[in-house]
Amino acid sequence: MRRSWWKILGVLLLVYTFIAGLLIEVPRNPQLQETIRNLFFHVCMWFGMMILFIVSFVRAIMYLRTNKHIHDIASRQYAGVGMLFGLLGYLTGAIWMSYTWIDSNKSVFNSFDTIAREPKLIGAAIALLVYAAYLVLRDSIQDIDKRARISAVYNIFAFAMLFPSIWIIPRLLDSLHPGGSEGNPALDPGSASANMRLVFYPAIAGWTLIGVWIATLKIRMKILYEQKLSQ
Amino acid sequence: MKKMISIFALLLFTFLAHAQDVTMADTMKENGKIYVVIAVILTILAGLVLYLFRLDRKISKLEKNK
Repeated sequence: MRRSWWKILGVLLLVYTFIAGLLIEVPRNPQLQETIRNLFFHVCMWFGMMILFIVSFVRAIMYLRTNKHIHDIASRQYAGVGMLFGLLGYLTGAIWMSYTWIDSNKSVFNSFDTIAREPKLIGAAIALLVYAAYLVLRDSIQDIDKRARISAVYNIFAFAMLFPSIWIIPRLLDSLHPGGSEGNPALDPGSASANMRLVFYPAIAGWTLIGVWIATLKIRMKILYEQKLSQ
Repeated sequence: MKKMISIFALLLFTFLAHAQDVTMADTMKENGKIYVVIAVILTILAGLVLYLFRLDRKISKLEKNK
């Protein structure tokens, strides 16, 4: 175990999230009911993804500046865990919306027709596909240095693509998803109730720390693997 | 004036009634079954964390052996 205090902190924060997240008083919203508690899980996946992608982006720049192979490995692994979080966010969102966005006056199929046009969903799908292309591009190059350089440059592009696809365009269009044209309910202190923020912010930290832990494990495994290959 | 008060009271009443109309998992909290859910998700979390801890230890051992 290496430098384990923040790993334990992450676990404790998640235990707190799981207990308090289910027990605290939440606002009685007629549309969301108890599903409002998904804020501590679904939304945190996207926050975690964003933070992991930022780390991946920084490591990509560090690789381009220093040409050290370790930054390339780290950049790739943080992007991988970020994508895992993004996919989990997408899946949990799909479950959540099928209980809160379905129009009871229409058939499920027709409701889905409107849901599929949601700008947030399309934007998130674009962002994840851009990152999926990063993995494909990376694995298609044999030469180690070329692979590291090209994928670092592409990583910067992919990170830049996050902003129009998940931050700007969905904010400009009307959407069923919160955080559309009305602002940012997750970060605006006036929007979420004080009780929920008490769990929400620790939950973001906890999930992110777990993501970082997984990423560091993968980085260390990759280093061991490459050392084995070079022996 | 009286009319206004009664209208206001009516509005307040409908608002309160509406607030209580929202179906929440109140029964689940009353009879304590929500703790079952917490037990289940904490077990899953514990399993995942244990897995990560063991993986971390194994990697540390490999790093030492090289």
